[in-house]
Amino acid sequence: MTISLTAPRKVRRLQWLSLPLAIGAVIVIFWLLATFAAPWLTVYDPLEMVGRRLQAPSWDHWLGTDALGRDVFSRTLHGARHSLPIAVGVVAVAVAIGASLGAVSGFFGGFVGAAIMRLVDVTLSFPPMLLAMAVAASLGPGLGNAAIAMVIVWWPVYARLMRAQVLEVREREHVEAAVASGAGRVRVLTKHILPLCWTPTLIAATMDLGQVILLAASLSFIGLGATPPTPEWGSMISDGASQFYSWWVALGPGLAILTIVLGFNFIGDGLHDYFDPRSK
Amino acid sequence: MSGGETPLFEVRDLRVAFGRHGQFHEAVRGISLTVRHGEVLGIVGESGSGKSVAMLAALGLQPEGARVTGSVRFKGQELVGMSRRGLRKLRGSRVAMIFQDPLSSLNPVMTVGAQVAEAVLLHNSGISSRAAMKRAVELLELVAIPQPDRRVNQYPHEFSGGMRQRVMIAMAVANDPDLLIADEPTTALDVTVQAQIMQVLADLQHRLNLGLVLITHDLGVLAGQADRVAVVYAGQVVEQGPVDTLFAAPGHPYTRGLIASIPNMEVEKERLFSIDGTPPPLGRLPAGCPFNPRCTQTRDICRSVVPPVRGAADHTAACHFAFGISANTDNAA
Repeated sequence: MTISLTAPRKVRRLQWLSLPLAIGAVIVIFWLLATFAAPWLTVYDPLEMVGRRLQAPSWDHWLGTDALGRDVFSRTLHGARHSLPIAVGVVAVAVAIGASLGAVSGFFGGFVGAAIMRLVDVTLSFPPMLLAMAVAASLGPGLGNAAIAMVIVWWPVYARLMRAQVLEVREREHVEAAVASGAGRVRVLTKHILPLCWTPTLIAATMDLGQVILLAASLSFIGLGATPPTPEWGSMISDGASQFYSWWVALGPGLAILTIVLGFNFIGDGLHDYFDPRSK
Repeated sequence: MSGGETPLFEVRDLRVAFGRHGQFHEAVRGISLTVRHGEVLGIVGESGSGKSVAMLAALGLQPEGARVTGSVRFKGQELVGMSRRGLRKLRGSRVAMIFQDPLSSLNPVMTVGAQVAEAVLLHNSGISSRAAMKRAVELLELVAIPQPDRRVNQYPHEFSGGMRQRVMIAMAVANDPDLLIADEPTTALDVTVQAQIMQVLADLQHRLNLGLVLITHDLGVLAGQADRVAVVYAGQVVEQGPVDTLFAAPGHPYTRGLIASIPNMEVEKERLFSIDGTPPPLGRLPAGCPFNPRCTQTRDICRSVVPPVRGAADHTAACHFAFGISANTDNAA
């Protein structure tokens, strides 16, 4: 009988790195790479006719060509340059507006607080797609206008989240202690309440990045977002929809949307587990 | 202490009422207290007796929607109805407060030093943050926290319960206040730590000549600490007096019950004494003396007539039978 005297070597693992977080990170990093380096990762110009029209996938054209003879793989990677910045921008602006209004409503309450929340209720009572369509249609086509429409649809979600969190945190004893030590209301809100309120908003915002990409693609699909010939995923799928027997035209952008939405959802899930271990 | 001097803190007929559905119920029904400079006043009462609410309301910290009436004077200055700004200037500088649970009373995402420094910065606009941090280290040293220069950079979760309460005390005395209100400062702590915290408080009270209001539900805590004691029941002061006379000759049956409930090591008892029943709920006070359903010597008069406050100037009790004087309207005997 021999007893090993050395303890088994522990594999050093990063505590925060869970499986969903890892998968999500790989996917999102891939698309970030595409966003920044699409021109160097692809051979063909996404806007030029580079071959015969509607060619099936081959070594020359990994995802085939579309009805105008443009390379689908190249257009798909370039599509990230439109979708990702818009998603990040829309979510950032929506969080900025929603979180501040929600925090004000939750902390100060009163007439202004109630008015903000009624506005939230009204906005959320529309199906998001329908409201975004209406706003985008009235503003005219273009990705910029689609982004404005999406901010208008999206901010109320964060207002509600933030308000709920502020309402809970402001009842905690350390807030009362801060008031009792003579801190003013603005100081109490910014230093003693808000730093404890970000988690739900952060998780929701991460997951929403995927949803906003989906919504932007939907708007483009029905012609309210990107205008041709922009290589935007939604309008590419729209192109593919009319080429029923050339399945590859819609495959590239379809996969792109599927993976990136999945990626952001995974990251959101991972963050959720990390911040709230009890919910696992 | 001369009689003509303005007391440090004077509460007169303080009433706090909570409204629901347009109906107001009083949680504090006319409390009057006085704290002189450098004096320790103990306020004792059960949970829900209104002792904490009264002191919070005195500093304008009542919950939203509560109605506060009466008079609270701090150094002659009226606090009831004072502007938010005026109260804010007073809180944390001239009057400070310590709460029951030292963990939830500290901001979990700020270092301890930053929080103590904040208390300093709030009331000294000219001071640099570096100087405030230096002061924070001194303050932690003052409350006997070992290695204060290292501890300032730690977060509340790295502190034990007793150490956290020391931090709270350090924050409270940061601006050299005249009055310190400690709301059950040792309730959430281990018994051994309780004694240390009381020691720190007593020590600071002496050194800084603080007026101290010590709110507790444990009369035993007050025995060695307080100069005077006020016993609160159902939102009223039922007995008030110097600590020694109050312990030696309690006038109110509720006080006697509280004293009997203190565990005694010398006498072996099968069971610890407890007062039967529970305090009356808000808005459903019994007629007459509010304590009558739980009192062991209830007579008819107790069920119908609210007892007057009787006794000498410095020791009073609100009982028909206090200090051996039987009420002459007593028709039950």
